[in-house]
Amino acid sequence: MSSTRGSLAGRSRAAKTAGRPAWGRLLLIGIPYLWLLILFLIPFLIVFKISLSQTEFARPPYLPAFAITDGLAGIWEKIKQFSFSNYVWLAGDPLYYRAYLSSIWVALVSTAMTLALGYPIAYGMARAPRQWRPMLLMLVILPFWTSFLIRVYAWIGILKKAGLLNQLLMSMGVIDQPLIIHNTNTAVYIGIVYSYLPFMVLPLYSALEKMDESLLEAAEDLGCPPFKAFWKVTFPLSLPGVVAGCFLVFIPAVGEFVIPDLLGGSETLMIGKTLWAEFFSNRDWPVASAVAVVLLLLLVVPIVLFRNHQEKMAEKGG
Amino acid sequence: MAKIPLGPIRSGFAPWDDPAAKPFIEFRNVTKKFGEFTAVDDLSIRIYEREFFALLGPSGCGKTTIMRMLAGFEQPTSGELLLDGAELSGIPAYRRPVNMMFQSYALFPHLTVEKNIAFGLKQDGMPKAEIAERVGEMLAMVKLEPFARRKPHQLSGGQKQRVALARSLAKRPKVLLLDEPLGALDRKLREETQFELMDLQQELGMTFLIVTHDQEEAMTVADRIAVMDHGQMIQVAPPAEIYEQPISRYVADFIGDINVIESTVTGNDGGLVRLKAKAAKADLTVRQDIEVAADSTAWFAIRPEKVNISSAAPEDVSVNAVPGEVWDIGYLGDVSIYHVRLDTGETIRATRTNRERIVEDPISWEDKVWLSWRPDHGLVLTQ
Repeated sequence: MSSTRGSLAGRSRAAKTAGRPAWGRLLLIGIPYLWLLILFLIPFLIVFKISLSQTEFARPPYLPAFAITDGLAGIWEKIKQFSFSNYVWLAGDPLYYRAYLSSIWVALVSTAMTLALGYPIAYGMARAPRQWRPMLLMLVILPFWTSFLIRVYAWIGILKKAGLLNQLLMSMGVIDQPLIIHNTNTAVYIGIVYSYLPFMVLPLYSALEKMDESLLEAAEDLGCPPFKAFWKVTFPLSLPGVVAGCFLVFIPAVGEFVIPDLLGGSETLMIGKTLWAEFFSNRDWPVASAVAVVLLLLLVVPIVLFRNHQEKMAEKGG
Repeated sequence: MAKIPLGPIRSGFAPWDDPAAKPFIEFRNVTKKFGEFTAVDDLSIRIYEREFFALLGPSGCGKTTIMRMLAGFEQPTSGELLLDGAELSGIPAYRRPVNMMFQSYALFPHLTVEKNIAFGLKQDGMPKAEIAERVGEMLAMVKLEPFARRKPHQLSGGQKQRVALARSLAKRPKVLLLDEPLGALDRKLREETQFELMDLQQELGMTFLIVTHDQEEAMTVADRIAVMDHGQMIQVAPPAEIYEQPISRYVADFIGDINVIESTVTGNDGGLVRLKAKAAKADLTVRQDIEVAADSTAWFAIRPEKVNISSAAPEDVSVNAVPGEVWDIGYLGDVSIYHVRLDTGETIRATRTNRERIVEDPISWEDKVWLSWRPDHGLVLTQ
């Protein structure tokens, strides 16, 4: 959305300063588009093309495969072989839509948990003495300095039957039987919440940090007790941060593969795992591609609708 | 001290002179410390119902702390704070019948003008119909009806200020606290708004407490002004008294412009104080009932507008008259200000109103002039 607006503004400015060469400006605007084209649109088209192909015992393992030597007529012949049969297959097998639904559910629950945990952290950071804040921010970012994979692996050591958590709880006498957490959905939730917490905390912090504290005093002055003032003033004003944080957690969590694979068990059904199995176990690239395209549509369409709605609301307000 | 008749601004309104009058807000030996720093130092003051009281002082003098203690955002370190006879400590800010207009306005950015004004009323659980009515009333009062559904970021500075005012008045508080309410407005708008504030206070019959560092603002709106320094109130009096009879050099200098000359008292007989300027050695007389001993150090002070400037020596021998030379002239439109260097070395500022386009006695740079003033126009300050 914003990129469209940017180009419009660019055009009107270009019109105002007519006569000067506009290609410098075009270059500037063009770079992000080029970026999107190379790193998003072209890969997507390749995946989409594979999803319309048929699996084949070949290299690459699908047909038709384009070659430069085909010529236009040859390519047209091959395009005619495309079919949506993989999508029909997806719709026909309950495994897939159960995996989608289950992924979305896991992502929703873990996003809610990340928000519940991240909000107090961000709030505490934003209210901390000014000289502490850079250090606190640093601590939030610190885990990124270690590989994501290693951090998820480390959780196995904590959560497994003879792991650190069980040892600790048993030595303290809290439990006498080890808790079974590893290889369950609980472990997946713990893993997702742990891994994505910084993505929730950072946008929340930036929204809360710029809030004027005199607003809370004003609320109190007008008869609003502090707890109520939080819900009437602080929370509504932090909503942009909440929305940004939720998107940043929800979107990657839906397609998450490493966490359910390492921490989840047989009950854990997530689309990331399905995708992996299609690609690497079944070597069925076309079906795997179809799974990926559907996942993308499932995520992009609601986001675009939501942003449109938000912009309309903003325009109404403005 | 013989009172020069300097009445209160509003004729007949001077409850502070009436020993039987009950104070509405009372500070009893209130001290507020922030760590080592003493913001308010053993302060006692009585403010009366329907009074427009101004706290005036430089930044860091404790004026904002006084206001915040009254609002409930700060607790006094020691001492008592009473409102309408009842002790205020222990009552949280959200239960005090006091509302504040914030310097930053602190309008809720996510709420419309209407909802900002209704915010406090909703907290009180007022029925919806009444809220709507009161909000309408408030919008009419600040003339913002067409902007009811706008958000704060769509308003100009002056409009925001009015919304903040309407919001703080909507609950009809017993006391309205105004923290530098007009600081962000340009001069013209500020002057207009000062008069509007006064009218509003008269109309609503509330007690207003204003914090400001702008002396003109304090003089315009207030019944009484407290000039503050380092957590203490140096002088509390109606504007005219503060201006005409400041009790110290600090007050005299803070309010308006004044010439101060360090002098030695040479005699004091029956209200006619004779002084000799220490540097300039000029002989000065002041008619003032004040206890000063001969040979003690005192400061002679006179406001520039009370100094007469002329090219010839005055004929009246009872006035003070000193010769000098014009050093600088500042033309301000309504008045001109002359910096005159006395023959004995001191500089005195004198102003002259530019009432006539053509002045009979034009005075220019480096002219030899006489400065003169009546003995009852000068002041003797002992501190």
